[in-house]
Amino acid sequence: MTGVNRLDGGLIDRTKPMRFTFDGIGFTGFEGDTLASALLANDVRLMGRSFKYHRPRGPMTSGSEEPNALVALRSGARKEPNTRATTAELFAGLSATSQNRWPSLRWDAMAVNDRLSQFFAAGFYYKTFMWPAAFWEKVYEPIIRRAAGLGTLSHEPDPDSYDKGFLHCDLLVIGTGPSGLMAALTAARAGADVIIADEDFLPGGRLSAETHMIEGQSGAAWAAASVAELQALPNVRVMTRSTVIGAFDHGIYGVVERVSDHLKEPFAGKPRQILWRVYSKRAILAAGATERPIVFENNDRPGIMLASAVRAYVNRWAVTPARQVAIFTNNDDGHRTARDLAAKGVDVTAVIDTRLDAPTSADYQVIAGGVVVQTWGRLGLTQIEVRTPKGESLRIPCGALGVSGGWNPNVHLTCHQGARPVWNDTIAAFVPGNSLPPGLIPTGAADGAFSTYEALSSGQKAAHVALSDLGIPHKVSDLPEAEDAPVNITPFWHVASAKRAWVDQQNDVTAKDVQLAHQENFVSVEHLKRYTTLGMATDQGKTSNTAGLAIMADIAGKSIPEVGTTMFRPPYTPTAIGVLAGRARDEDFRPIRKTPSHVWAEEQGAVFVEVGMWLRAQWFPKPGETHWRQSVDREVLQTRKSVGICDVTTLGKIDVQGTDAAAFLNKVYCNGFAQLPVGRTRYGLMLREDAIAMDDGTAARLAEDHFVVTTTTANAVPVYRHMEFVRQCLFPDMDVQLISTTEAWAQFAVAGPKSRALLQQIIDPPFDISNDAFPFMACAEITVTGGLRARLFRISFSGELAFEIAVPTRYGDALMRRMMDVGAGFDVVAYGTEALSVMRIEKGHAAGNELNGTTTALNLGMGRMVSKKKDAIGSTLSEREGLTEGDALKLVGLKPVDPDHNVPAGAHLMTKGATVSAANDQGYVTSACFSPNLGCHIGLAYLKSGDSRMGEIIRLVSPLTGVDHDVEVVSAHFVDPKGERLRA
Amino acid sequence: MLIHHPLLGPRDASEFVYKGDAALIHRPDWQSEDAQAQFADYGYLRDNPAGPLRELWFHEQGDRSWLVVTRDTTSHEITSVELASDVARREARAT
Amino acid sequence: MRYSGFNVIKQALSGHKGWGPAWRDVTPKESYDYVIIGGGGHGLATAYYLAKQFKQSRIAVLEKGWIGGGNVGRNTTIIRSNYLLDGNQPFYEFSLQLWEGLEQELNYNAMVSQRGILNLIHSDAQRDAFIRRGNAMILHGADAELLSTRQILRRYPFLNVNNARFPIQGGLAQHRGGTVRHDAVAWGYARAADQCGVDIIQNCEVTGFRIENGTCLGVETTQGFIGTKKVAACVAGSSSRLMALAGMRLPIESHVLQAFVSEGLKPVLPGVITFGAGHFYCSQSDKGGLVFGGDIDGYNSYAQRGNLPVVEDVCEGGMAIFPMLGRARLLRMWGGIMDMSMDGSPIIDKTHIDGLYFNGGWCYGGFKATPASGYVYAHLLATDTPHHTAAAYRFDRFAKGRMIDEKGVGNQPNLH
Repeated sequence: MTGVNRLDGGLIDRTKPMRFTFDGIGFTGFEGDTLASALLANDVRLMGRSFKYHRPRGPMTSGSEEPNALVALRSGARKEPNTRATTAELFAGLSATSQNRWPSLRWDAMAVNDRLSQFFAAGFYYKTFMWPAAFWEKVYEPIIRRAAGLGTLSHEPDPDSYDKGFLHCDLLVIGTGPSGLMAALTAARAGADVIIADEDFLPGGRLSAETHMIEGQSGAAWAAASVAELQALPNVRVMTRSTVIGAFDHGIYGVVERVSDHLKEPFAGKPRQILWRVYSKRAILAAGATERPIVFENNDRPGIMLASAVRAYVNRWAVTPARQVAIFTNNDDGHRTARDLAAKGVDVTAVIDTRLDAPTSADYQVIAGGVVVQTWGRLGLTQIEVRTPKGESLRIPCGALGVSGGWNPNVHLTCHQGARPVWNDTIAAFVPGNSLPPGLIPTGAADGAFSTYEALSSGQKAAHVALSDLGIPHKVSDLPEAEDAPVNITPFWHVASAKRAWVDQQNDVTAKDVQLAHQENFVSVEHLKRYTTLGMATDQGKTSNTAGLAIMADIAGKSIPEVGTTMFRPPYTPTAIGVLAGRARDEDFRPIRKTPSHVWAEEQGAVFVEVGMWLRAQWFPKPGETHWRQSVDREVLQTRKSVGICDVTTLGKIDVQGTDAAAFLNKVYCNGFAQLPVGRTRYGLMLREDAIAMDDGTAARLAEDHFVVTTTTANAVPVYRHMEFVRQCLFPDMDVQLISTTEAWAQFAVAGPKSRALLQQIIDPPFDISNDAFPFMACAEITVTGGLRARLFRISFSGELAFEIAVPTRYGDALMRRMMDVGAGFDVVAYGTEALSVMRIEKGHAAGNELNGTTTALNLGMGRMVSKKKDAIGSTLSEREGLTEGDALKLVGLKPVDPDHNVPAGAHLMTKGATVSAANDQGYVTSACFSPNLGCHIGLAYLKSGDSRMGEIIRLVSPLTGVDHDVEVVSAHFVDPKGERLRA
Repeated sequence: MLIHHPLLGPRDASEFVYKGDAALIHRPDWQSEDAQAQFADYGYLRDNPAGPLRELWFHEQGDRSWLVVTRDTTSHEITSVELASDVARREARAT
Repeated sequence: MRYSGFNVIKQALSGHKGWGPAWRDVTPKESYDYVIIGGGGHGLATAYYLAKQFKQSRIAVLEKGWIGGGNVGRNTTIIRSNYLLDGNQPFYEFSLQLWEGLEQELNYNAMVSQRGILNLIHSDAQRDAFIRRGNAMILHGADAELLSTRQILRRYPFLNVNNARFPIQGGLAQHRGGTVRHDAVAWGYARAADQCGVDIIQNCEVTGFRIENGTCLGVETTQGFIGTKKVAACVAGSSSRLMALAGMRLPIESHVLQAFVSEGLKPVLPGVITFGAGHFYCSQSDKGGLVFGGDIDGYNSYAQRGNLPVVEDVCEGGMAIFPMLGRARLLRMWGGIMDMSMDGSPIIDKTHIDGLYFNGGWCYGGFKATPASGYVYAHLLATDTPHHTAAAYRFDRFAKGRMIDEKGVGNQPNLH
């Protein structure tokens, strides 16, 4: 069961047969086959349906530029829609299904579109579907959407994993055809570090598909020998199944390696694909060229292919697409296919060459000056009609027609940094232009040098240029003998008399559509493309752009370069989103940062919450507690009654050292720090240069030239960045150094009436933390538990008598356990971020919700903290009129009038009695909680002129959540407003 | 992109954080007559050239130095990289 | 000829010969009353409303390339009016209402699809912020709804809820938000403006302003000098280099934003969805491609392309909420030039030069603003007073301390 269309020879391994299925039917192929070659071997030409008209289609190409033979590979969670059968490597057990057809490939109900095609001309949908207005979303759009798209995504998570890697080299060679191999050999033999990559699984480029000889051996054998030499060299990395998807700045290339797409499943633990970032000093684009077809009547039937694809199937895969094959060409290259077919005993029924001076042959008839004007065979080509220069009409039987309209150099990567390709009349194609990505040298067919010898020669030359640039000495060696046929092409793009001729086969854009675009003044290449969708399908116009331009040029009476050319952008071929995401998915999407007491907290059964990338204990439920409020209320009450401990390591800490440390902090904080005594801490408000409050915290002066600054958790990184900016860029002459110590110190808040007593159990004598010796806002470097160095700060976020104690991080866990242990005697409770939040709201402390990036010191009620006596970041712009309006927002507290009501964050505030509308908006609630101390919900809010509206009853509204009730404006300092407990 | 750090050699730009025009080094004198206008200009108006631009990058995942990078905004070509503190000392007013 | 289903059928049956140019090819006159620089969505919309709504004439639109070739042709097509601040929300709501009637107004099917936009919530703080925003939307007369995770899963059953690093906790939805076929907007406004007598002049680049005694007399272009009473600049990411020709510096930096489209797929995403714990937003075009994007690259650029780190970041965000996305393929990526302003909000204002007006600073949010931007700019040009929804978009708001800063990040454009 070798397949009826198999020929002798080829580069497949007949000792490894493989069973596979397509649309449920089983077939056999061989290792080395693609799905397309194996299907063609089994006489299957029909592989897909086109996008708009659902016309039956077969493969047009043998490579990644394929527009038609798109199948769904695999099923279930691994299903890959829109897979090109022409590049899908065959593996045993492969299962593929056709797309975009119902109920079957052979009989597709939507093919009715083809009969109604005149109604579906380019852009028709812009001219209709507007009435009635409501029908767009309800009727028209759902139909259009269901008809659109080709493949279906399974809704299941992608089960495969993807890796990312980084590679460095002197020279990246893109392509393993003759030019690329020659370049790599030249550079590698000179000792350069070389990476050579090819998207194909078999290196060799076109050599695998042609019958050229190189230095007496077959091109394929020469390629194999070259690859073997390269693979044996320690300074070379050969990457197959690896597509260079983009040329990014500064010699950085993205390369996607398909590690296991040719296997039924990835090996256990191995990724499906890898995204390599290659840092190259120089790069050579040896990406070859892609053939383009000619446009003629019904030129899209299964069996009509590029002539070079027919040749590839014959020579590399030992498959003829049909028993009788014809050729339609405008250049010498098309004849190669006829010769190769004839050499393998395939019946070449005609070569139709548009040139009157076409070369003749003894082996098959050549119709010089002929054009194909009609084709038959809806589900597979059966015959064509040719018009001769004399006006005769000939019917030629054929099951496949190889079409050659010339070759387009694969210039794509040269355009990734904005360069436009330029038109070359000799080969009638675009070639790389000027201002290429720095360091990238195009060679071989990619540069318009089409013969094998030219490819070898230009590859060697490019390598020499690169080696010279890199300062690597090298010798010039002889080039192997190879064919050097010139390009003989007479441009012929389309048969003008055709009524239905396809330019972009996937999107069903016809020559008539190009005509219509011109008629409606969409004449620039940009407009042509967008209006007709030519070149916008999954093949990105690789085989259709040039014909589209040529037809437009014809109609508009311009030259092709005058019409223009579209830009090529990454990725070179469509790339799995999974490989671009890599391992950063699911729980590994971002790192998890854990506090020093995390393990201890887990042991206590804490509930955790994300705070940025940190996991912090939110509350510690005790047995019997079923609702979070029970835990949080308990933690709050117990802390305020005896003592509570909270891990506050996540807050930013920055060490500031130097003789100018105080002067530096004076610049960074809007309030004064120059006179802060040693051993004291001060609250600091940091403004942005635009006077908006950026962050707040404390600065503790441990020595004349040593401060410790704290920040909020969220701003630890940005504040540090900002402080370094101020230090390095604004005041570079100050003697001050900074370092972030957030992760270096474990820090705990110990708060409540018994906090001093607890700490006295661990602080090494003779250090005295009585109220006289260590008053509110004192700080010191001390030792605890018999010699462990620590820092102690008497600061309070909760409003209770409180301290924060810091030890080197690696002792954090032990300290937490020790304090909880000795604290048992003082009724200690561990509290989480929720209780922390409740207490600071009860105290009226601003936090992240209040410092939301749009509020000033004035809004916070700290206007007077902005010193006018010194220069600090933000002070000058704080005086702008917009920031000092009479009715500026002010931070206030809110209490519900009805104690059963809440005060939801995000609610807006209206004056009582005013209509609920934006015009009457007076402010908004920033923070809210249930206060177990007050026995009701409370909140903090910004209210216009809030500080002079104490006691006023206003209306709190949240229409989004259906809340509308009265609240009383009160002081934000709900608990201990006089600060007596703080100072105890 | 690659930034050739004057001390550390070539580093991937993703190790850095971008701030903006290096003109930010030239902070106005708070005591000048029209200080507010000068600060508004300094804070809000930019040349934003299509061409070479001196800009500030912070090596956040490296040595935490601020760099002044001269880069063409149309081609992304980088022609010079200096330590910002060197530039600041050389160019800015005394505090 | 009027666009209608009837005419589509009639033309189809007679070989499509009746369709004429969507807009005329015109050589510029020596002078106009209004010259609009920039043939993108905003410029064309301005010309249309200036002619149709404000009954002005002698209007020209100058486009240095082909109309619609800039950001209007390359965006992620989202429309919405879910802004927080008083300076913004009325404007975007006005724009959404104009979108709702646009096709009938222009007689062009721009495929305005109000399929809904959903902003996912991943933390309490985020929920609070979204509640504040949803309330602002409702107070300003727009629609908003807070959805639970369960409600969301009914519409998006494939969202990652079991293994997410930052689990979804709900979302803020605006049902009237959605997508539009972006190219059609440019073409629709161009055709309608052309039918009102506006001259659309392509391949005409402005190379200078003729300014005498503080008054702008016209523009120097690659097709010669064009005199006019009023010049309206409307060029998005090119604003700084254009206005530099008038000696102006702007509160704008030009940055690259990358956008992405996948291969065409059968319908899978019903609406527009944004990820709240990373930079990623996504919708599905009517042709089947998933259209998605994320954050700007972060450095000033006019190169219209970006680098790999953002591509990876965006795809990571996509995989975080749709793990099925791994099997879909990125088809094409491109970059535009965003005019990032100093507070993330636009500027639509006169300049200090008589007769020279400015519209820019749209950051990456200009597409949804297209109809309203055109309308209010036409209002300003015709009446010399700002439309009430755009009254705060002034140049002097920065010096005066009246910033309109949705994100709260201050005077650093790349943070907006």
